[in-house]
Amino acid sequence: MADQAQLLPGTLDLLILKAASLGPLHGYGILLRIGQISDQALLIEQGALYPALFRLVRQGLLKASWGVSENNRRAKYYELTAAGRKRFREETEGWNRLATAMASALAAEPEEI
Amino acid sequence: MKLLGWFRSVLAKLFHAPEIADETDEELRSHIALRADDLERTGLDRAEAERRARIEFGGYGRFKEECHEALGGNFLETFLSDLRFSVRVLRKSPGFTVTAVLTLALAIGANAVVFSVMDALILHPQYAPSADTLYGLQHGSDNGFQSYPDYVDLRDRNRSFDGLAAFTVTEAGLDSGGNPSSAWVYEASGNYFDVLRIRPYLGRVFHGSDEHGPNSAPYIVLTYGYWHSHFHGDRSVVGRVVQVNRHPFTILGVTPPDFHGTLLFFNPDFFVPIVNHGQLDAEYDLNTRGVHWIFESLGHLKPGVTPAQATADLDTIGAYLKKAYPKEEGNVTYTLARPTLYGDYLGRPVEAFLAGLMLLAVLILLASCANLGSLFAARAADRSREVALRLALGSSRRRILRGLFTEAVLISLAGGATGLLGSVVLLRGLSTWRPFPEVPIHVPVNPDANVYLVALLLTLASGFLFGAVPVRQVLHTNPYEVVKSGSAGRAGRRLTLRDLLLVAQIAICAVLVTSSMVAVRGLVRSLRGNYGFDLRNILIMDTDLSMAGYRGDNVAAMQKHMIDAVAAIPGVERVGLADNVPLGSGTNESIVFTGSATDLRPLQAAANAIQYKVSPGYFRAAGTALLAGRSFTWHDDKNSPRVAVVNEEFARKIFGSVAKAVGGYYKMQDGTRVEVVGVAEDGKYESLTESQWPAMFLPILQLPSSSTFLVVRSKRDPQSLTAAIRRAMRALDPALPVIIQTRYQRMDFALFGPRIATVALGILGLLAAVLAITGIFGMAAYLVSRRLRELGIRMALGAQRKEVLQAALGRAFKLLAIGSVAGLVLGLLATRVLGYIVYQATPRDPLVLAGVVLVMLLLGLVATWIPAQRALSVDPLILLREE
Repeated sequence: MADQAQLLPGTLDLLILKAASLGPLHGYGILLRIGQISDQALLIEQGALYPALFRLVRQGLLKASWGVSENNRRAKYYELTAAGRKRFREETEGWNRLATAMASALAAEPEEI
Repeated sequence: MKLLGWFRSVLAKLFHAPEIADETDEELRSHIALRADDLERTGLDRAEAERRARIEFGGYGRFKEECHEALGGNFLETFLSDLRFSVRVLRKSPGFTVTAVLTLALAIGANAVVFSVMDALILHPQYAPSADTLYGLQHGSDNGFQSYPDYVDLRDRNRSFDGLAAFTVTEAGLDSGGNPSSAWVYEASGNYFDVLRIRPYLGRVFHGSDEHGPNSAPYIVLTYGYWHSHFHGDRSVVGRVVQVNRHPFTILGVTPPDFHGTLLFFNPDFFVPIVNHGQLDAEYDLNTRGVHWIFESLGHLKPGVTPAQATADLDTIGAYLKKAYPKEEGNVTYTLARPTLYGDYLGRPVEAFLAGLMLLAVLILLASCANLGSLFAARAADRSREVALRLALGSSRRRILRGLFTEAVLISLAGGATGLLGSVVLLRGLSTWRPFPEVPIHVPVNPDANVYLVALLLTLASGFLFGAVPVRQVLHTNPYEVVKSGSAGRAGRRLTLRDLLLVAQIAICAVLVTSSMVAVRGLVRSLRGNYGFDLRNILIMDTDLSMAGYRGDNVAAMQKHMIDAVAAIPGVERVGLADNVPLGSGTNESIVFTGSATDLRPLQAAANAIQYKVSPGYFRAAGTALLAGRSFTWHDDKNSPRVAVVNEEFARKIFGSVAKAVGGYYKMQDGTRVEVVGVAEDGKYESLTESQWPAMFLPILQLPSSSTFLVVRSKRDPQSLTAAIRRAMRALDPALPVIIQTRYQRMDFALFGPRIATVALGILGLLAAVLAITGIFGMAAYLVSRRLRELGIRMALGAQRKEVLQAALGRAFKLLAIGSVAGLVLGLLATRVLGYIVYQATPRDPLVLAGVVLVMLLLGLVATWIPAQRALSVDPLILLREE
């Protein structure tokens, strides 16, 4: 538990877009995928995922369709739309800039100033 | 694009709501099932796996609702559930709900009533096509009055109007076969209907081409209402000949249902061409330039002509008339005004009055919103635990606020609907109300869509206004603190804005209570005052002999017969006859000059005196005391020198003293020298609050008048006497319509203003009282609920009921006392103004003072009853355990 980071506000959407960008997934799959790609470091409350998914669908960034899961259960699959792909690219760039800036700011040593 | 998508999802949500709910359910369940599958794979049994999956998922209901919100368009659903919840909550506290709804009902109702009256009288008084270019002429102190020759000159010489029409109002006797009745008539110029662009409903109307000199157009046009009430809507009346004042007139047609003449307050029964004036009213001659008897002239401005150009045009004609007829015409400058309320004469005061009322109504609404706001704040404080609990359980603040607003709007809608219903009933009553049965005066108001719309807007606005008061309270609620320590709060000791507002409301209420009591007392007193004639044991019979066709010498002979016939009735002590009675309905005034005056132009007049033409015996019958000299005899007729009895004021003004007046002479406008033979006591003539008028009484034998008032003094029961007089009159002439009233009833006109003022003050006082009650109630309830714990502790420590009450409500009563005293003082000052309307309105009256104090105390008791009960019923044990 101690290794898990608290999600910053707004990052959940980006993570969902990232997970979906790797191929169509159902909600639970997205949750697993985020865990997997973050080495279980990012924890999402399971139920909280869905309002975010619905919001992204409404914004036209994701599209949803019903399908059947690998263990034969009906589930709703999400994939990126063209707008979603574009948004994902922009947000990734923005995030990287912020992260780099933050990292270099925090890494500053007294003698560098 | 985005908007469109949103719109589509909203629509989809609205129409496929259950499917979407199912789909969300299915998705969330499939998530839990998938998770359970994974957990099962780690070795748990199925049931345990599913349980764990559900726990891990978190608050299912909350997330599902958030999903709905994320989809958008769930407004209706949450609104409905909010609505259900609000109704449940409100039903639990009926006292609060009823108070709030009633307060709003009164405030919204008051606004709706005032607005519809304003709408009907000022905003949309349309009755003729394109009424916005329709103007009435007014000039000098005469308002719209004209002589007929002047009107004809104005009509023919002006270049600004698309036709200029004129009319005057008269009473006439109409006999359509065996049922003589008096009716109200517009004598209208031939072009009247054409100028107003009124098309007949039935038959035809008269035109300018029907006029060929005096009495050349014996036609009448009925109004729709009169056609229905007196001719039963019979379509064959067109062409029928009826008797008007015993002259044959042919019915031409009927005007449309929504046309009631050009005066808003005064509905005529039918229209007669003004050239037939001589047959309707013998008093004023059609072709004399000096007598201004035409009530109003009006017309549409030609396209492109401004009112300023029109007045300049009219002034040129006025200057020409003055030059051409220097004897009759003075300096005249014209102004234009809306004709519907008789120009500025009624229009200005009515507009000012209604604007004042509207302002007042809006203030009442604002004040009631403020009061309801504090009631809501009190409730929100009461429910702070509930709010905290809901917040702690994961409800959003927005949702809770929405709930509170739903309650507020629900209450405001209920209040608005009740208020509107009440106002519609009131307005229906008002529009059929005839303050004086003998005159067709009415207030034409019918609430329409405009009124409903305004009421709805006001309702919603006020709901949001008072709903917004507790918002800050809810936003600042910290669930952990509240649940931990209870809704502790200190009652503020500072004087807040809310306190000031409450004091102001109480003060206004006290002002209104004071002034309405003063008005009522004044009104009672005015029925016992001395007005220069007796009020008791007097009947007044009123008719106009011209309505039965009497003219010339016949009039005087008939009047003598009438006096003799009534005097012969057993129990009748004295009978007098006059052309009008004081404090009746209107007066005749005329200017007089000193006996030596040679310049008889109006500007040189010595006085403007009220004039009555009376028979011998009038003074004794009416109970007017003679101070000096003699009364008239039957020998003061046309063959003897002109004489007069004047009142004290007249004597002082023209002759210097009563003693000098008797035997002195003065001159009438036509140059006649009149000898004063007696002086009568002063009296009231037009209104109870007028300043003293000079008045002169002239022998009716020397100046005949067909207008006839019999003053009958008798101790007999008025009802049987009325029947006896009616029988005597029918024996004299069955075609003569008469009205018989007691002297008190005849005062209705004079008492109309004071009565209306009293009723208006009473209604406003009632509104203010309701406001003050809800204001005090709201504050007291708030104080008690904030300090419930403290009160409980006090009780547990042994405080007495009195002390508890003082702690809980002391502040409310202090404010009540401050407000009442301030209001009483202001009210006493305000009664000076009231003195202009109500006779002898004096605040130095112990009954009034005691009454005001009593009313304010009662008000305080009613308002604090519920909170006091609550404070007293505090059970310290339960309270301390709960919190």
